[in-house]
Amino acid sequence: MDLIALLAIQVLYAIASLALISVGLAIIFGMMRVINLAHGEFLMLGGYAAIVATSNGISIWIAILVVAPVVVGIIGIIVERTIIRFLYGRMIDTMLATWGLSLFLVGLTTAIFGNTTVGISAPLGSFQIGDYRTSGYTLFVIAVAAVTLGCIFATLRWTRLGLIARGTMQNADMAAALGVNPPRVYAITFGVGAALSGLAGAVLAPVSGVFPTIGVAYVAKSFITVIGGGAAILSGTVSASTLFGTINQIATFATTPVFGEVALLATAIVLIRLLPQGITGRFFRRGL
Amino acid sequence: MNARVLNFLGLGLVGIVGVAFLVLTPRLAELDTVLDLTIYMIMAILALSLALIWGYGGILCFGQSAFFGLGAYTYAIAMFNIGDSTVPLLLAIVLPAAFAALLGYFMFYGRISDVYLGVITLTVTLILFNSVNSTAGPEFHIGVARLGGFNGIPGIPPLNYPGNKAAVIDLEGMFYLSTAALLATYFGLRLLLASRFGRIIVGIRENERRAELLGYDPRAYKLVTFTIGGALAGFAGCLFANWGNFVSPTIFGLAQSAQIIIWVIVGGRGTLIGPIVGCIGVQWLSAALGANQPSGSDWWARLLANVPLILGIILVAFVLLVPKGLVPTLGDFGLWLVRSRGRRVATSLKPKQAEEG
Repeated sequence: MDLIALLAIQVLYAIASLALISVGLAIIFGMMRVINLAHGEFLMLGGYAAIVATSNGISIWIAILVVAPVVVGIIGIIVERTIIRFLYGRMIDTMLATWGLSLFLVGLTTAIFGNTTVGISAPLGSFQIGDYRTSGYTLFVIAVAAVTLGCIFATLRWTRLGLIARGTMQNADMAAALGVNPPRVYAITFGVGAALSGLAGAVLAPVSGVFPTIGVAYVAKSFITVIGGGAAILSGTVSASTLFGTINQIATFATTPVFGEVALLATAIVLIRLLPQGITGRFFRRGL
Repeated sequence: MNARVLNFLGLGLVGIVGVAFLVLTPRLAELDTVLDLTIYMIMAILALSLALIWGYGGILCFGQSAFFGLGAYTYAIAMFNIGDSTVPLLLAIVLPAAFAALLGYFMFYGRISDVYLGVITLTVTLILFNSVNSTAGPEFHIGVARLGGFNGIPGIPPLNYPGNKAAVIDLEGMFYLSTAALLATYFGLRLLLASRFGRIIVGIRENERRAELLGYDPRAYKLVTFTIGGALAGFAGCLFANWGNFVSPTIFGLAQSAQIIIWVIVGGRGTLIGPIVGCIGVQWLSAALGANQPSGSDWWARLLANVPLILGIILVAFVLLVPKGLVPTLGDFGLWLVRSRGRRVATSLKPKQAEEG
C-alpha cells in the first residue's frame, strides 16, 4: 500500500515535471508554429538565474518563482526581436537558427560559469509514507505545475489577453483586421513562453543541478510532449505528459532510469506514427 | 558557353584537383598534417550523405550522426569478433542502411511532415546515445566485444587489405583510402543525381504533391534516398572508427548532428561541392579556435576559443544572412558578374554589330 502511494507520487511527479518543461514550448509552438530548439537552454538559463540569485542572498522561493521567469522572459523577448521575427513562416529555418542560438548559449554559459554542475539544495526536507521517505520538494514541483497550468487556463479562458491570443492563434490576418497587432502579440507570447521555461528550469534546478549542457536532456522530452500533444496547448500538454510521464516512471521502476527514458522516447515515436496530429488532433479537440 | 559545358568543366576541375590532392599531399605534407586531412576527408563523406538526403531529397534529418555512430560501432564490434576487416566494413555499411530503411519506412509511409521528421530523427539519436551510454558494465557485450558504455571502445583494429589479416593499412594508406572514397562518393552522387532517379527526387523536393500526381510514389523515392544516405554515413563512421581506433557514445550526440547540419548549411543546400567545402572549412576553424586554449583570464580569448559559441553564431548568421549557403551564393555572384560584364560588352558592341548586320 505504501509502495503504491509512493509510486503514485513518483508518477505524478514525472507527469508534473514533463508538463512544466513542455508548457513554455507548447505556447510558443501552438501560437506561432515556431520550433524553438533553444528551449532547453532557456530552461538552463532559468536554473542559472535562480542559482545566481540565491547565492546573492535572495530568498530561494523568490529566486525560483520570480527572478528566473523574469530574467528568462526578458531574454526571450530579446531573442524574438533579434532573430525569430525575421523567420516567421519559415519553419525549418527557425529550427536551424534556434539550434544555432542553443549552441551559442551553451558556449556562453560555459565561458561564464565553467563546465561544472552547480546546485542549490532542495528546501522542504523529506516526509514519511509508511516505510518509505520521499522529498517534500517533489510535492512542491507537483503544486507548481498544477498552479501554472491553472493560471494558463484562466488567462486563456477568461481574460482579454487570452482572447486576443487565441484569436491571433486561429487566424492572424483576421485578428489584424480587427485591430490587433500580431507582431506584438507574438513578441509577448514568446516572452511568456520563455518565462515559463525559465520557471520550469529554476523549479527543477534543485533536483537535477545545473550545468551548461543540461538543455539537451530537456529538449527532446519537451518536444515529443508538445508534438505528441498536438495543437491544443493545455489539453495537449496535459494528456501527452500524463501518457509519457506514466510510462517513463513505470519503466524506470521496473528497470533503470536510462531505460525509462528510452521507453518514453520509443513510445513517443510510435505515438507520432499513429497520430501525426498529436493526441488532441483526434481526442479532446475542443479543449484549450 | 552553355550550362552543359560549364557543368562538365566543373566536374573535370573537381576531378583534377581531387586527384592532384590525393597524389601530392602525402609527398609534400608532414605526417600529422596528413592525419588531420584524413579526418577532414572522412567527415566530408558524412557531409555528402546529408547533402544528398537534405540538399536534394529535402529530408531534414537531425539524426545523421545516428547512422554515422552505428557504422562506427558496427565496425568496431564486428572487427573484434571477426578479425579480418572485409566483412566488418560491409556490415558497417549494410547495418546503418538497414536501420535507415526501417526508420524511413516508419516515417515516410506514415506520411510524417518535415518538422515531425526532424523531431523523430533527433529522438532516435538520443535513444541511441542514452542506451549506448548506459552499457558500461561487463554484462553488455556482443561476442567478445564489450560495449564499454560512456567509456567507449578503445583499440579498434585498423582495416587490412582484403583477405590478408597481417597487411594492415597504415596511416598514409588511410589517407589514400579516405580521399579516394570521398572522390568516389562525390562522382557517384553526381552520377546518381544526373540519372532519372536523381531528377525525380529533386522533383519531389520541389513539389511533392505534383510529383505524386505525375505518378511517382514519393514515399518509395524518399525511402531509397534516405537509405543511401544512411549507408554513406555508416561508411564514414567505419572510416572514422579506423582513423582514431576509438569510438564513444558522443559520436551519437547532438553536437555531432549539429555539426553535420552546419556543414551543409554553410556550404549550401542543393550542391555537393558546397557541403564538402563547408565541412572542411568549419572543421578547420573549430580546430584552429580550439587549439589555443588560453589559460589566463582574458575574456575575449576565452570566448574565441569556445567552439560551440562560434559555431552557434555561424549557424544563426548563415540562416539569417546567407540562407542559400556559400557555394550557391558565390555562384549567383559569379553569374551576376558574368552577366553584367556580358551586358556591358554587348552594349559597347552594338553599333559595330549594327554596321556589320
